[in-house]
Amino acid sequence: MIELSQVSRSFTVGDQQVAALRGIDLNIAAGDYVSIMGPSGSGKSTLLNLIGLLDRPSSGTYRLDGGDVTALTDEQQAKVRSEKVGFVFQAFHLVPRLTAAMNIELPLVLAGISPAERKIRVAQLLENYGLTDRADHRPDQLSGGQRQRVAIARATSMHPAVLLADEPTGNLDQATGKEVMNLLEQLVAQQVTLIVVTHDPAIGGRAKRQVRMVDGQITGEAGRSAGA
Amino acid sequence: MLFPDLIRLTTSSFLSYRVRSFLTGLGIAVGIAAVILLTSIGEGLHQFVLAEFSQFGTNLIGIQPGKKQTHGASVGMLGSVRPLSIEDAEALRRLPYVEYISPSVTGNAKVRAGGKTRRTIVSGVGPEMPQALRMYVQTGSFLPDDDPTQARAFVVLGAKIRQELFAGQNPLGSYLRVGGQRYRVIGVMEPKGQVLGFDLDDTVYIPAARAMELFNRAGLMEIHVTYRPSAELEQVEAGIRGILTARHGSEDFTLVPQEKALEVLGSVLDVITFAVGALGGISLLVGGVGILTIMTMAVTERTSEIGLLRALGARERQVLALFLGEAMLLSALGGLAGLALGVGIAQGLHLLFPALPVHTPWLFAVLAELSAVTIGLAAGVAPAMRAARLDPVEALHAE
Repeated sequence: MIELSQVSRSFTVGDQQVAALRGIDLNIAAGDYVSIMGPSGSGKSTLLNLIGLLDRPSSGTYRLDGGDVTALTDEQQAKVRSEKVGFVFQAFHLVPRLTAAMNIELPLVLAGISPAERKIRVAQLLENYGLTDRADHRPDQLSGGQRQRVAIARATSMHPAVLLADEPTGNLDQATGKEVMNLLEQLVAQQVTLIVVTHDPAIGGRAKRQVRMVDGQITGEAGRSAGA
Repeated sequence: MLFPDLIRLTTSSFLSYRVRSFLTGLGIAVGIAAVILLTSIGEGLHQFVLAEFSQFGTNLIGIQPGKKQTHGASVGMLGSVRPLSIEDAEALRRLPYVEYISPSVTGNAKVRAGGKTRRTIVSGVGPEMPQALRMYVQTGSFLPDDDPTQARAFVVLGAKIRQELFAGQNPLGSYLRVGGQRYRVIGVMEPKGQVLGFDLDDTVYIPAARAMELFNRAGLMEIHVTYRPSAELEQVEAGIRGILTARHGSEDFTLVPQEKALEVLGSVLDVITFAVGALGGISLLVGGVGILTIMTMAVTERTSEIGLLRALGARERQVLALFLGEAMLLSALGGLAGLALGVGIAQGLHLLFPALPVHTPWLFAVLAELSAVTIGLAAGVAPAMRAARLDPVEALHAE
């Protein structure tokens, strides 16, 4: 599903080249549940952005679903993001002036899906995430857990194959964080590939595959057997 | 993205910053209102002036003695100028497309009747003057079709003279002394009012030959010729020129066609309307700068939202469309408010000062609204392009 080979990414800071990723080789199969852990500055978010096609590698190749997506135009990348990738962020990133329902609807609107179809999908998602009675509330009227549920509903509204979560529990208390992780893990059961970036071992440890990063390199991988 | 969704999304940001949107829209509204108000007054003035000038008809040519060159000096001062005579005027009747001819000599003289004296305009004219200049007799009749060189001593009164000298009586058949000679009143004109400062009602009309005698003039001051609307102006002018040149031996007269005068006047007034409209356009420009400012701020404030949209699969073009749409919505709504404001003020002024002519052509309203939207578009382009070109990763993490 996701094949990264010798992927590097460097930024120019001032007049210095800073390497955020160095020669990453990573294969992730469809339906995998992977956590990427490491200290801040280890390049894990950059890796996530690359996988989500928000960023491009400086060198190396990235194949998604068998096709090379390294050389896609911005326009084509946006299309792949729209159809295959869902994002969940630490800061929720809800549009403050739109209601919960409209936030969930946003990817469908951008993809040009018909209003009738949208209505059905949004109603279903609101129900799935227990937000039906919050549909007309704006983000500032929702609790943190509710906001992240809206964000997850939004990320899944286009039925993406890959769900990328960047510190999804970072702004939540432990109980709510656990609840959000459960919701994300339920998606794995529906054959969604879930990649979670975190520095929290308790969150990262829940994944079947645990990738460790330090200084832009993968330093190790631990696995939890599927049966455990 | 479907078009109704684009509208819905832009409207949502418009509504979430109500006060700001209102103030920004107000900038455009004031600009459009200024343009509409000024052009309405300009256009009203235009129509008013043209109506003043065309009330004598447009198929009218004035013939004046002396050839006016482009420098304005009369050649007659150097060469010889034969005065325009009543015979010259009569000779023009041979032209096929000529309808009415009225010679004219005007001056100022004392008139007296029933012991009352008044200084007034005395206008020596021909019997066809009412038809030629579209004036109408109220009671009695106009000057009869006498031999033009030996016309009888009849006078027709302007409405005001009638009031001043014959208040409460029937003036027909009475006598009026004009500059020492006795004239019999045979008619009274309808009130016509003032035209460019001349009170046409404070005038008496006597035969042209007698006026020339009264003012001791060798020739006419002007000959008015009207022609059929179907005739070409050039053809009429050539005919008149032919006859008079043959009679005078040279072209020592000037033709003043009303049609051309109106054309020139109309284009001058158009320039005035355009100029005052352009003045209003300056405030419209300031409104455009307001939109530019607000949109630049909006892009900065909503940077992380732009990053989010890109992460959710929005293309650069969609981000561009959202911000351009917002700028255009602001300016279009501002423009509509400005239209209402401008037309409202113009009509209000007209109600308060009925003498102030006001006219708002539909075309101006449509053009004003179009220019408002165009200004919004122009002001929105730079911020919207900046929004579209933001790096998604950096935008997402902006605070």
